[in-house]
Amino acid sequence: MGQRIGMEVSIAVSHAVQLARAEAIAAYPITPQTHIVEHLSSLVANGELEAEFVTVESEHSAMSACVGSAATGARTYTATSSQGLALMHEILFIASGMRLPIVMSVANRALSAPLNIWNDHGDIMAEKDIGWIQVFVENGQESFDHHIMAFKIAENHQVLLPTIINLDGFILTHVVEPLEMLSQETVDKFLPPLVPYHRLDHKKPVTMGAFALPELYAETKMAHQVALTNSYQPILEVWREWGELTGRHYHPVEHYRTEGAKVLLLIMGSLAEVAEVAVDEMQDAGQAVGLIKPRLWRPFPFQDLRQALAGAELVIVCDRAMSLGGAANPVMAEVRSALYPLAKKPPVLGYAVGLGGRDVQPQAFKDLVAHALSEIKQGPSEEYYMVGVRG
Amino acid sequence: MEKFGRAESQKFDTYASRMLPRDEFFTSGHRACQGCGEALAVRWVCKAMGKDAIIANATGCMEIVSSGMPQTSWMHPWIHVAFENTAAVASGIDTALKILERKGKLTGKMPKVVAMGGDGGTSDIGLQALSGALERGTNFTYFCFDNEAYMNTGIQRSSATPYGAMTTTSPPGKKSIGQHTWKKDMVAIAVAHEIPYVATVTPSYLFDLFFKVRKALETPGPAYISVLSVCPTGWRSATDLSVRLGRLAVETGVFPLYEVVEGKYFLTVQPPKLRPVKDYLRPQGRFRHLREPEINFIQQQVQARYELLLQKCQAPFPEFAPVHLPEVG
Repeated sequence: MGQRIGMEVSIAVSHAVQLARAEAIAAYPITPQTHIVEHLSSLVANGELEAEFVTVESEHSAMSACVGSAATGARTYTATSSQGLALMHEILFIASGMRLPIVMSVANRALSAPLNIWNDHGDIMAEKDIGWIQVFVENGQESFDHHIMAFKIAENHQVLLPTIINLDGFILTHVVEPLEMLSQETVDKFLPPLVPYHRLDHKKPVTMGAFALPELYAETKMAHQVALTNSYQPILEVWREWGELTGRHYHPVEHYRTEGAKVLLLIMGSLAEVAEVAVDEMQDAGQAVGLIKPRLWRPFPFQDLRQALAGAELVIVCDRAMSLGGAANPVMAEVRSALYPLAKKPPVLGYAVGLGGRDVQPQAFKDLVAHALSEIKQGPSEEYYMVGVRG
Repeated sequence: MEKFGRAESQKFDTYASRMLPRDEFFTSGHRACQGCGEALAVRWVCKAMGKDAIIANATGCMEIVSSGMPQTSWMHPWIHVAFENTAAVASGIDTALKILERKGKLTGKMPKVVAMGGDGGTSDIGLQALSGALERGTNFTYFCFDNEAYMNTGIQRSSATPYGAMTTTSPPGKKSIGQHTWKKDMVAIAVAHEIPYVATVTPSYLFDLFFKVRKALETPGPAYISVLSVCPTGWRSATDLSVRLGRLAVETGVFPLYEVVEGKYFLTVQPPKLRPVKDYLRPQGRFRHLREPEINFIQQQVQARYELLLQKCQAPFPEFAPVHLPEVG
């Protein structure tokens, strides 16, 4: 175990990108992603990171420039949030469809209207089908670790998919946390230089971004789906290697005190740490409540989730986003779909919590479990519930 | 030299037609319409570029006719991403080339970065990305292949559609003369970014086009070239008139050929006397509905704008003071 130091998580992320030797960075300012790119631009300005930083005029152009630089063979990074991610929407599908290993941080933030700069998962849930690998982290150390691993995963020739690391805006990006850094030498050994699969090369010309007629479009989508599904094993392989290197082991679905638990809470992101406190208190009080924390959001870890949830008597999914007018909020919808084929499946109740930065204390999780238990006894009255909402 | 105007390049001032390159980079077999002036323009722009170039292409006619998977007409490394972002994609390519060269990962002669878009992809939906790329000093050349409407989607008006033209979204009717706005001046917008090189070309004047493309590529920093591309399908003109119409656009003063070098204007092809715009409008079905008053209005406007351009060319000072930023680091 190396020395632990206190550092703002955004700064830690930018150091991870520096240690990964990112070469091309294109970004546009949006709260709460700004500290990451501000620090990266100062690293470039001081010559501490040998890279080109393009200060584009929008997030749409940020992602477009990333596509251009990744296609030319440079290790490419960007970061965004909320409206910025929404503005990138069109190009996100193209980046993954063209199989370009871009790495992006999303400092998760609510979507307008009304404008709100605080944390929830509304931005990324609107982009769940973009065909990228998507990972959620819950603390500073995980943020640092997963950014370095993301490059290795994305650039693997068996994978070749852009990768998003989701970290909660403000409540994670802007807090100072203790974390262990790695030396440049260690990271260099773990992460070799990028070897582009194809690149725009005048000595060996290729055509990229050709259009597909109906006879071919479905095949390209199938190929993309297979690539994303098959990225599961290489992702696990990189995480395993990291575990051996650092002693920090990561899994597609993380468990917290689930042994013997009859009720399972499920939540992604930094609120999971708050939920852990609530689980501790409930277990101390004799309640059999455990916590499931999905880390890998795409490709969706069906088998891991089924294994984790099948034996429970009640699953309570906490979403940080809403699917307005939909059957269920995004995470709940997918978890319920994953469980549906099972012969014996637990009931699933869904709660929308902590929208637009609304503070969620451990007590809220305890209240929510009590509410769920009473609802399940008398039969659920709603498709899903909102927590702590007035009027 | 006089024959080809001022668009000389020290390396090409002895050019003759038989010396023009035979290499084809935009190859035959693409699906452009018969008589397509844009395909002709792209073919000659690519010849002038030479093989050492990377092209970012916006969505539009040239992308659609040339890149149906699994075929391609492009002998250059070529990338299409979306409609409105081709200047930003080129920016990314330029960025990658810079850093990879600096890190020693790429050696030898660096390829030129070229972006191509239609008039909609340039002056409407792509204007923001273009402005950003020009302002940032991206080392690239942007070509706007201007056929004066959204031809790929079925001839809808753009901000580059000329006054009075019929398109499917600016149809003439009892209360409309067709397009009721004057064509957006993209050259002036490019010049306002104080970039080192801006020019207008048409494949109807091949040597002029050839020299200007070479010059733009050799210029460090951003360059912008507006290419008038006759579209028989959208202009409702005979397919064998495409080259002729390009010449008429120049001879009537509708599309003067000039360049702006570090803010200084130079007319590169100067017709001895302008022909009446009627000669240019008449062969085109898109202007067929225009009557005498509208044609006279267009004539006056063209004349006035041409004279303004001549004044700019005679002006003793450039439009802006060229800024040559000192190297840092």
